[in-house]
Amino acid sequence: MARLLGLAEAVAELVRDGDTVAVEGFTHLIPVAAGHEVIRQGRRDLTLVRMTPDVVYDQMIGAGCASRLVFSWGGNPGVGSLHRFRDAVQNGWPRPLEIEEHSHAGMANRYVAGASGLPFAVLRGYRGTDLPAHTTTIATVTCPFTGEELTAVPALTPDVALLHAQQADREGNVQMWGITGVNKEVALASRRVLFTVEEVVDALEPRPGAVVLPSWVVDAVAHVPGGAQPSYAHGYSERDNAAYRAWDAVSRDRETFGRWLADEVGAVPA
Amino acid sequence: MSWTTSEMMTVAASRALRDGATCFVGIGKPSTAANLARATHAPGLVLIYESGTIGAKPDRLPLSIGDGVLAETATTVVSVPEIFNYWLQPGRIDVGFLGAAQLDRLANINTTVIGPYDDPTVRLPGAGGAPEIAASCREVVVVVAQSRRTFVERVDFVTSVGFGDGPGYRERHGLRGRGPTQVITDLGVLRPDPVTCELVLTELHPGATVEQAREATGWDLRVAADLSVTPEPSEHELRVLRAIEATATSGGAAP
Repeated sequence: MARLLGLAEAVAELVRDGDTVAVEGFTHLIPVAAGHEVIRQGRRDLTLVRMTPDVVYDQMIGAGCASRLVFSWGGNPGVGSLHRFRDAVQNGWPRPLEIEEHSHAGMANRYVAGASGLPFAVLRGYRGTDLPAHTTTIATVTCPFTGEELTAVPALTPDVALLHAQQADREGNVQMWGITGVNKEVALASRRVLFTVEEVVDALEPRPGAVVLPSWVVDAVAHVPGGAQPSYAHGYSERDNAAYRAWDAVSRDRETFGRWLADEVGAVPA
Repeated sequence: MSWTTSEMMTVAASRALRDGATCFVGIGKPSTAANLARATHAPGLVLIYESGTIGAKPDRLPLSIGDGVLAETATTVVSVPEIFNYWLQPGRIDVGFLGAAQLDRLANINTTVIGPYDDPTVRLPGAGGAPEIAASCREVVVVVAQSRRTFVERVDFVTSVGFGDGPGYRERHGLRGRGPTQVITDLGVLRPDPVTCELVLTELHPGATVEQAREATGWDLRVAADLSVTPEPSEHELRVLRAIEATATSGGAAP
């Protein structure tokens, strides 16, 4: 059964140094407040997993939380580059960042394998590209029925998933809708699951196309209204596009970023 | 009405999309062009974004592939594993619309790194959905401004396959789509030679010259014998395009 906890308490309990952490959300429902709590608590040597490491991962990487990144597209969506991510990859600042690089299809299937309790997933992917030469977690497999050569990618099973949803009830059942991305697969692939939610309700109102995760596959729920900003929660908030654009200037410079970290997150730069 | 070369590129890209086609859209110029097509000659164009929105009909330009306006206006919204496994992988999508940081004479695309992978000069965002879009859509249209920095003899990293090392490469690697059929730039349009797969300049935009195109290409660019000139953007196309682009900066709804 999921417990209703405060955000700080939940992160302290569920996220440990050295963990593999998936902070997901596909443009929509990104648990930014939970990411900031990880920064405030000074977690180190995390392997951060995310299909689209965007602004919140730029912040976590710049704050020195990560030693590894598993990803498929690292940019500021609709704006440009992630400067803290680039600084870590190109200059090792504030610490070297090892990367494991995939395509979206590969990452999505790695989560599917994790959620399915399988060691790997099969897809038509990566053929002819230079990615297999640089990523050890891309291999080939021969179909036992047709003899066709396909691509295999290993399951992703994060130690902990940090996710955001619109609603939870008091029992800790969670409901999300709109673009739900890989959230269901990530929750089911991970050993521990923390959801931040916009609202805690007495009873979940059934919605067409919604994803419901029952309380018994969730460890903790924290009530954090606006916890996805500057991303958004459909039905609750709009994406703050201006904040994504503004991040470009903040993140270009190490000192400006350090001031931002202190002022906005209340954390000391690494 | 006068226009910029960037507007000409977007208009030319929009014309590459026929009404009723299904189109897997990337963000940036491809998304602008696809939405222009839907607002002009192709109202039945089906826009599919990798966030899982199928049949999106946005009334303003989305700033990202997961913009809320896409989900609100879509025929259906599916999960990310589903969009790649059920919709893209089996070859259900007609056109993949891609950008590029580097593109080579065999239409291979790099969006990963400039320079060596382990010690890059510039670290780019990476693959995203592009490798499988390039492999699985029935055809691919690339939209990219032409310059020597972008149009290189050989890409530093093959993120998405065009024609690999030449004829037969796609078939040998089990890539099921036809690959890039057009590369639309701010100067003209390049198409692959049916025999060698090498990109050839087949169309010039009004005002652009062959010399300019050669100057902006990092290989010895071949020019088609029957080189044609792109029809100018119409007033209607330009008016709609500008209205669409204004919604991106204002954040408001399209007029």
